[in-house]
Amino acid sequence: MAKVKVHLWSALRAHAGGAEAVEVEARNIGQMLDALRARYPGLAPALDAGVSVSIDGRIIAASLTEPVAPGQEIYLMQRLKGG
Amino acid sequence: MALDEGKDVKGGHDAREYDHEGEFRHVGTRPDRPDGVDKVTGRARFGADAYAPGMLHAAILRSPHAHARILKIDTSRAEALEGVKAVVTRADFASGLEGEDWNILENIMAGEKALYDGHAIAAVAATSKFIARDALELIEVEYEILPHVTDVDEAMQPGAPVIREGAAEPGVPEGMHPNVVRYHESGHGDVEAGFAEADLVIERHFTTEATHQGYIEPHACLAQMGPDGRGELWCTTQGHWNVQKLCAKLLGVEASAIRVTASEIGGGFGGKTTVFIEPVAMALARKTGRPVKLVMSREEVFRASGPTSSASMDVRIGMKKDGTMTAAEGTFRLQGGAFPYAPMEFTAMCAFACYDLKHVRQRGFDVMTNRPKQAAYRAPGSPMAAFAVESVVDELCQKLGLDPIEVRLKNAAREGTRASYGPTYPRIGLVETLEAARAHPHYCAPLGPNQGRGVSCGFWFNFGGETSVTLALSMDGTAQIAVGTPDIGGSRASMALMAAEELGIPYEDVRVTIADTASLGYNEISHGSRVTYASGLAVIKAARDAKRKLIARAADKWGIDPEAVEWRDGAAHPAGENAGDFEPLSIKEICAEMGATGGPIAGHYEATPEGAGVSFATHIVDAELDPETGKTTILRYTVVQDAGKAVHPSYVEGQFQGGAAQGIGWALNEEYIYGEDGRLQNPGFLDYRIPVASDLPMIDTVIVEVPNPGHPYGVRGVGETSICPPLAAVANAVSNAAGLRLRQLPMRPARILEALEAKADGEG
Repeated sequence: MAKVKVHLWSALRAHAGGAEAVEVEARNIGQMLDALRARYPGLAPALDAGVSVSIDGRIIAASLTEPVAPGQEIYLMQRLKGG
Repeated sequence: MALDEGKDVKGGHDAREYDHEGEFRHVGTRPDRPDGVDKVTGRARFGADAYAPGMLHAAILRSPHAHARILKIDTSRAEALEGVKAVVTRADFASGLEGEDWNILENIMAGEKALYDGHAIAAVAATSKFIARDALELIEVEYEILPHVTDVDEAMQPGAPVIREGAAEPGVPEGMHPNVVRYHESGHGDVEAGFAEADLVIERHFTTEATHQGYIEPHACLAQMGPDGRGELWCTTQGHWNVQKLCAKLLGVEASAIRVTASEIGGGFGGKTTVFIEPVAMALARKTGRPVKLVMSREEVFRASGPTSSASMDVRIGMKKDGTMTAAEGTFRLQGGAFPYAPMEFTAMCAFACYDLKHVRQRGFDVMTNRPKQAAYRAPGSPMAAFAVESVVDELCQKLGLDPIEVRLKNAAREGTRASYGPTYPRIGLVETLEAARAHPHYCAPLGPNQGRGVSCGFWFNFGGETSVTLALSMDGTAQIAVGTPDIGGSRASMALMAAEELGIPYEDVRVTIADTASLGYNEISHGSRVTYASGLAVIKAARDAKRKLIARAADKWGIDPEAVEWRDGAAHPAGENAGDFEPLSIKEICAEMGATGGPIAGHYEATPEGAGVSFATHIVDAELDPETGKTTILRYTVVQDAGKAVHPSYVEGQFQGGAAQGIGWALNEEYIYGEDGRLQNPGFLDYRIPVASDLPMIDTVIVEVPNPGHPYGVRGVGETSICPPLAAVANAVSNAAGLRLRQLPMRPARILEALEAKADGEG
């Protein structure tokens, strides 16, 4: 499985050794989040609280099946909602 | 137009949904709204218009204290009153809930403590609303009054009363007060290095007060639950599937046990995205076995439904003499009442989203106070951020002698810009809104004495969410669409226009209904500016699904392959000479015999669209200040916003105007005022002053259309972004008129007079 690079918002970085971005093996968002939980258990509470994911600038609010691929710009964001 | 044949819509999403070619026939026109006659004749049924045989009336006892331990509740005298059928307290709801479910339960019915003035303590169902209210006075509650705090900055200070021990989530910096329950930090670059490159750095402190969404219709519902444990609920809400889910959890029953029907809605603006009274009415209905109606008074709406957060903010921006922004930094403290989840991360992420910044950092603090649990309000968190940031940008422009729109254009985020919150922007429309604002006659119109002009930009993310739509064709070829998103802004008209566009039938031949929770798949709430985007996308896809079936019927009839049939002008046509020589079959002809050609025809769509596309706006406002009274008059207001594609331009303009009007109120008048006793002092529209028609000029609008690649027609949500710029735009106009800076909202007359007097005394 190929590795994807995931950027973390600042408050998460302390749970990933201070890294601004980390690499995990995943084919979709669900696998990516599971891999992050497994490798950095400290991230689990924030991930479990709900995250959105930006892939190449497109914000995925909830989907776990959205494909991810090497070379994409991937950012974790706190879960979006609105009024 | 492509028909999406074979495309998987169950999971997996195509970032490039935009596929429209040629001219629109229906989309972009302005027909009357289908619900208009009902609403102007009083026939539309809102939340309080539901009745049932044998119905009881409910009332809720609310805490008169801002913070108190509940030592004892004695309901015996109330229960003994003739006409009283049941009293419920926290013991009548589910136990063992966690997280936000527990927070919501705790908010709708207090447990061990009353956490704010107006917190529900108990509820009564009786044969009349007068008996129910009388019974409330017979409920004896013994309180131990505790110290309280209602101000966000005071709640963070050492020694502040603790709202709830152990509520802080991981990630809150060490040493913070226990009332600080969540923390956000994001950004990139080296802000100190960026500030060192600046010719001028300005750092300022800002505050905004909590404001209410101010919907006309109070919360109202009618609940019933039979001895079989199955119930129904009619209520005013922005999201009845969410109401179903929450009521089921709070009552400890299965979701399918409760069917929820959304009434017409008299405004929501985010405030009706959760539950307040619905589980209480359901609990009383379960206990009595009779229908129970519960309607909030206006005072209850203010005291116990969710206003937005109040904020305390520090913003620092560096700029070169040529207007280039070199760095930006912000700290945003939001209180969300006695519960977590004030939207501080959105405040932080939206704050500098309009700008292309090499060095940027933002921090957010979520703080608990003794106030009601905040609820979403149009672009939650973003307007206060724009107020602080756009005020500093304006002050930098003033001090450097630069044009505020030119500076914003110079620094504007555009496609390829790394957003302040991290990702790289795809195609966005901020520059187009700024250019349209610059070209608008408003921007160069002359100003008179005591008048000032303000400009501001604003940003919001927008949202997709779970969406289900069914489009059923009738025997006469008309269409009936079932959507699951309550119509809070004219969306039925937009859905009908998009279906008419796809099917090639008249707008009047489409009827759109808001289905109940038993009639359609799950639907996310009408929030996040998602309805015209997500339900609209779903309507288009459902119509295309129906078209595939119509084409198949025509192909069967002609004995040719479906691939040899095309759909245009509301009829099936042979795709070319090789397909055969057949007269077109209209939708009416195909539907008239559908029972004999394979059965009913309907199109469906169930998925979670994920291409909402972010949204930007630029506002211009002229204000006049009365130096003797401090009163501000809004003289002229222009909203310029990117809609992607305006499906029904009148309702897009209405959203632009509504957001501006609410933002003007937030800027000038509206505020929750708490007394020393921690009680809300102004729970009514007499003392909580929202703008009325005579307070406002006709708000001009300019619709910019930069297509959203994530929607077949290019639609972007428009409902929320319009409230982001007004706070700052008005503040900048007032400041320019007064010759001083006002950094506290609202800018009520007394506050302006005080600032003018301070300036006259040499302190300004």
